[in-house]
Amino acid sequence: MTTLTAPLRASPVDALQRWLPKLVLAPSMLIVLVGFYGYILWTFVLSFTSSSFMPSYKWVGLDQYIKLMGNDRWWVASKNLMVFGGLFIGISLVIGVLLAVLLDQRIRREGFIRTIYLYPMALSMIVTGTAWKWLLNPGLGLDKLLRDWGWEGFRFDWLVDPERVVYCLVIAAVWQASGFVMALFLAGLRGVDSSIVRAAQVDGASLPRIYLRIVLPSLRPVFFSAVMILAHIAIKSFDLVAAMTAGGPGYASDLPAMFMYSFTFSRGQMGMGSASAILMLGAILAILVPYLYSELRNKRHD
Amino acid sequence: MTSRRWISPSRIAIHGTLLLACALYLIPLIVMLLTSFKAPEDIRTGNLLSWPEMFTGIGWFKAWDAVGGYFWNSVKITVPAVLISTLLGALNGYVLSMWRFRGSQLFFGLLLFGCFLPFQTVLLPASFTLGKLGLASTTTGLVLVHVVYGLAFTTLFFRNYYCSVPQALVQAARLDGAGFFTIFGRILLPMSVPIIMVCLIWQFTQIWNDFLFGVVFASGDGQPITVALNNLVNTSTGVKEYNVDMAAAMIAGLPTLVLYIVAGKYFLRGLTAGAVKG
Repeated sequence: MTTLTAPLRASPVDALQRWLPKLVLAPSMLIVLVGFYGYILWTFVLSFTSSSFMPSYKWVGLDQYIKLMGNDRWWVASKNLMVFGGLFIGISLVIGVLLAVLLDQRIRREGFIRTIYLYPMALSMIVTGTAWKWLLNPGLGLDKLLRDWGWEGFRFDWLVDPERVVYCLVIAAVWQASGFVMALFLAGLRGVDSSIVRAAQVDGASLPRIYLRIVLPSLRPVFFSAVMILAHIAIKSFDLVAAMTAGGPGYASDLPAMFMYSFTFSRGQMGMGSASAILMLGAILAILVPYLYSELRNKRHD
Repeated sequence: MTSRRWISPSRIAIHGTLLLACALYLIPLIVMLLTSFKAPEDIRTGNLLSWPEMFTGIGWFKAWDAVGGYFWNSVKITVPAVLISTLLGALNGYVLSMWRFRGSQLFFGLLLFGCFLPFQTVLLPASFTLGKLGLASTTTGLVLVHVVYGLAFTTLFFRNYYCSVPQALVQAARLDGAGFFTIFGRILLPMSVPIIMVCLIWQFTQIWNDFLFGVVFASGDGQPITVALNNLVNTSTGVKEYNVDMAAAMIAGLPTLVLYIVAGKYFLRGLTAGAVKG
């Protein structure tokens, strides 16, 4: 608005001052437009071309998507994502909520315990994967530990069992992220009005009942953001698979992110790899859009 | 909650569960440490939690030989990328909160989507671009990629933080004739220490732990430690030396772990700020 007043009298310094904010933001605007949206569009275009080892811009319509749908490995990866994502989100939520509620009972050394629950989140998924690959090692890992401790018939070889290997990913991922869910809910619990809890207690309600009926339902926003973040982690999971199973045995533990990487960069199927990346973006949007919608609607109600 | 009966059965159950959970979270770390100090025969004859017959540092020495060079690569990638992306985030956040203009809110919205962007959708174009710029497989290229895709979070941190600073403060300084950078340097930066810590720690953890960009955009001697660790652990040639694997994993994990122990408060704030408001 002030930019219109007396442009003649403005000294060059003033003019510069007026443009500075825009100038400072300009590189980032360029980055976002090109590096985010331009590149997504570029990948989108590639997914309609016959690109293989090198990008080519020969239009093939929906061929790559049709090929993807007919690819058994893609189906295994997608099905694994459903199983992995569902269990990972569900178990992390249960453990996270339980630990948060227990920690909220005026525990001495709470800070120390919280630090222990959350430290896996500081580690790389590659480190986590390496550690759990060793823990779940058939023959030398937990397998042997429990036999040494006297459980003679104990066998644990899920890591090499095509039917069960995906559960190994779930175990490692839950170990890494459940402490984070705990932290989110603990922060939420601290915001709950304690007089409501006390009033319910006076009415004779038991503590578990109060939590299940009153406290936890009031934490619905925390619940939604936790699901959102965990789903996001699940869809992007690539390093964990790379470190723990490399997608194996065969491609039994493949996830879409792994599929995209190996088709695009090792197998020279850029077109199909791009198509799979676009479908991953679709999956993210499918959970992000309803989430943002409900967030915005809640804000308007406030 | 007036009862002061600390040793009721339910208190015991609560403490028991919490302690059991502590053990479960700690066991992988304990196993890694124990294994890394064992000799190979010791690993085959003992089990995960058996005490080493003899503590030996051989695994750590071998691991450092294998991944030490890559550790420094990670340092060379992480330090500049963290500093540049934090600085850019601070400036962006400053403009987006104190110097709003037509379209700046729209830009912020567009930028925020970057927090959720699955990087798979930008990998190919980014690698073509790096190739065109002559930055393929270079440290500079990797720094650039980390700066670009870290921008969404760093800007979010600072923008939200500065939005809670009263506009009047900046307005008054402007009336006094203070310029854009003077206000930033004299008024906002001095009060930004907490958010700078949050941002630095978040970015350090993200970039140090990155695997996807490292495996796609770096090659050979330029790879970051996560890629080197993965290569070490997943090579199928020769006899597996689990003590070396675990020591290498510890080496890769130690910087972020130490940072977490020293500055956990900021780490948690970064996680929840990035999470809840993203």
